[in-house]
Amino acid sequence: MKKVTLTIDGLQLRADEGSTVLQAALANGLYIPNLCNHPDLVPAGLCRVCVVKVDDWKISISCKLPVKEGMVISTEDPEVQRIRKSTVELLVANHPMTCLTCSRDANCELQRVASYVGITQESLKRYRRSVRQLPIDSSNPFFDIDHSKCVLCGICVRTCDELQNINAIDYVRRGVHTTVGTLGNKPITQSCCESCGECVARCPVAALAPKESPISMREVKSVCTYCGVGCGILLGVRGEKVVGVRGDRDNPVNRGSLCVKGRYGFKFINHPDRLTTPLVRKDGVLVPASWDEALERVAANFSEHKGEQFAALASARITNEDNYLIQKFTRAVMQTNNIDHCARL
Amino acid sequence: MTNSIAEIGEAATILAVGTNTTQAHPVLALQVKKAARNGARLIVANPKKIDLCRHATLHLQHRPGTDVPLLMGMARVIVDEGLADMAFIQARCEDYEAFVASLADFSPERVAAITGVPAEQIVAAARMYAGYGPASILYCMGITQHSHGTDNVWAVSNLALLTGNLGKFASGVNPLRGQNNVQGSCDMGGLPNVYPGYQQVNDPKVREKFESAWGLSLSPDPGLTLGEVFDRMYDGTIKSLYLVGENPVLTEANANHAIAALKNLDFLVVQDIFLTETALLADVVLPAATFAEKDGTFTNTERRVQRVRQAIAPRGEAKPDWQIVAELAGKMGAKGFDFSGPEEIMVEIASLTPSYGGISYPRLEGAGLQWPCPDKDHPGTPTLHVERFGTASGKAKMIPLAFRDADELPDGEYPLVLTTDRSLFHYHSGSMTRRVAGLEQLNSEELLKINPRDAKALGLADKEMVQVTSRRGTMTVRTSLSQVCPPGLVSMTFHFAESPTNVLTNPARDPVAKIPETKVCAVRVDKIAQP
Ligand code: SF4
Ligand code: SF4
Repeated sequence: MKKVTLTIDGLQLRADEGSTVLQAALANGLYIPNLCNHPDLVPAGLCRVCVVKVDDWKISISCKLPVKEGMVISTEDPEVQRIRKSTVELLVANHPMTCLTCSRDANCELQRVASYVGITQESLKRYRRSVRQLPIDSSNPFFDIDHSKCVLCGICVRTCDELQNINAIDYVRRGVHTTVGTLGNKPITQSCCESCGECVARCPVAALAPKESPISMREVKSVCTYCGVGCGILLGVRGEKVVGVRGDRDNPVNRGSLCVKGRYGFKFINHPDRLTTPLVRKDGVLVPASWDEALERVAANFSEHKGEQFAALASARITNEDNYLIQKFTRAVMQTNNIDHCARL
Repeated sequence: MTNSIAEIGEAATILAVGTNTTQAHPVLALQVKKAARNGARLIVANPKKIDLCRHATLHLQHRPGTDVPLLMGMARVIVDEGLADMAFIQARCEDYEAFVASLADFSPERVAAITGVPAEQIVAAARMYAGYGPASILYCMGITQHSHGTDNVWAVSNLALLTGNLGKFASGVNPLRGQNNVQGSCDMGGLPNVYPGYQQVNDPKVREKFESAWGLSLSPDPGLTLGEVFDRMYDGTIKSLYLVGENPVLTEANANHAIAALKNLDFLVVQDIFLTETALLADVVLPAATFAEKDGTFTNTERRVQRVRQAIAPRGEAKPDWQIVAELAGKMGAKGFDFSGPEEIMVEIASLTPSYGGISYPRLEGAGLQWPCPDKDHPGTPTLHVERFGTASGKAKMIPLAFRDADELPDGEYPLVLTTDRSLFHYHSGSMTRRVAGLEQLNSEELLKINPRDAKALGLADKEMVQVTSRRGTMTVRTSLSQVCPPGLVSMTFHFAESPTNVLTNPARDPVAKIPETKVCAVRVDKIAQP
């Protein structure tokens, strides 16, 4: 790809032709404050936070500004600072100040831009604060929609459109009354939403937030256990519990995307119904038994029925190594090729 | 799949036949939707107006069970209009003449009469598929779960060969495998006729290899397939069954027969994570670990072998399946089962399975590997059949086909066709997803999708409890009036034990693949008499 050279705040950078100034900066590890930008989505230029000065005369939003050879960008020009600060102040002025109890505290893009531009209690006094009081849509079992925290960046709307092609949500109403909502502004479960949670995963604030989101103690890289797509996941673990699942952006299969089952369908793992001991039928009822007792009983019966009196059904749900051993057991120990599984169903 | 998942998004034309992709393979469907959004032509061939139709250029709504005439009709148009890729056929295919001769029966007019798809649409689909490459075919259970499923698969491959749409980037035949590791369990020889890596059990050379590796003699006779196993249990030939991680009481076609067969066993061992409907019938139940509690590998639908890693300890006394089998084999005095863990098992797999020959845990650390991966320096194979096909001659056979209708057609007594499908929110018999409260909230019961016209004729309202009956069984379910099904067709999933759909389905099997015809059976829907 052809490269161009540009200067940002006195630093010379090389960037791919066709990229934007914001992309070039972020790719080179330079932060330009931004809210509505997301690497998976087409730049929308909605939040106006990413303003920069171009060639010492023009103010422009960097997410929509294509790089050009020899371009000189300033992100700290006094005019840029003034515009950017007012933009962010207006967003913060309407935002609930409940950060400490918010699930996104310390991991919030609005906090990040606010602290970068230096918002103070004093400076906010110039505004009449009016936090929106809209009911939270908690109809979805996995996530809530809190409009009072929404910054109208449109990342969720564009995710549902550009990536998911589902279009369950869009902007509804006009002007200061604008919110993100469904067709007819009904609860999200009455829309065509598929609960994939892709919008939730990309929301920069806590307007779209999982109902439960315990911070995990560690994450383990694995593969989704449901369908044959085989999406890469990160299992969030806390203590002895799987408490969450994230899409693995490094995985070439799904690049971070997940469906509703992959993202939210993990609670069977620690479910109280799990079988935790072997069971053996005695006098017609299944009763708990030790592994020794159960396996002896199996061994004794299987020994009686080697060859064509035996069959094993392996499983499309367990690992390759599990399956390999089951077929080896059937063929080598039980002396029959009577092995199949539900591939046909 | 002959291609990789990421290639689907790059196709210029996609033919999705017998796959409800957005429901059953949601993240793969993102690639299909991406291609369509970027201007690719998407042809959906499905008896139902599935969600994917919203993105389609063309929806061919054929009568269930008429995939062969539909696809052969398209092939006929391609040949008649000179759109076939003759260079590809000459270089890489066999039996073209016999195949062309069999197209005589499939004029667009006759095909239209059989399938119910207008002739112009068949012509348009053929021109699209042949005219705009790279073209990729996706198919799923809607193709395979028929009494002539093998013919359906041949029809798909004929079409791809005819247009040279195979063995190239973004151009191929892509069966979408349903369960997370169904590809892997087939690869590992969880099949009655093959050892790991599809090596035939009745090939003496193969058998010798495994006999010398395992140090004992092995049976030269192919075993029984799933449906046959149930038949032999029913007639008493098979006395012991070792059933791992399956719930046939809900998933087997003609479930009542399957239940009777299970009850007829002398000894049933079920190894699972929950006490499933099937486990309740067992003599011994062995508690297994979930995927989050063990190490191992899964192989996905694009043949990518990926690492599964243990996140937490097994619950209670549960153990990984490999360990249970190893301990059982040890109790029976067998040698060759004392593995230190899955990594060591993979070493043995690689040594005996040519397509997994180069696979080892250290190499899987990054993005996994797509088989065939024959040796430790091989980078894996994203696209299959690039240079030759896996046949003796290296060429692909084109197969002459004739039309066979579904085994059971609607009649006066059973006037509707039932087809089964999947819900986005549940998985197979629901033993896992139905224990996730949120998924259960989003979809908590079986619904019989029925066209409003049929419902009106039967005097049925939306969400009314009805009785559905086939020649094999009967069940009750709530209706959902929906244009998704055309008149004459009704549809249900099989995730719900309260409404066991598979008591109705037809076990008539394909003669080669032995897959039951769960996609077509004749039923009647009756109002439940008010007491
Ligand atoms: S959860 Fe998925 S389908 Fe629902 S609104 Fe968000 S992106 Fe759209
Ligand atoms: S996240 Fe969804 S699409 Fe991906 S493997 Fe799991 S079930 Fe399949």
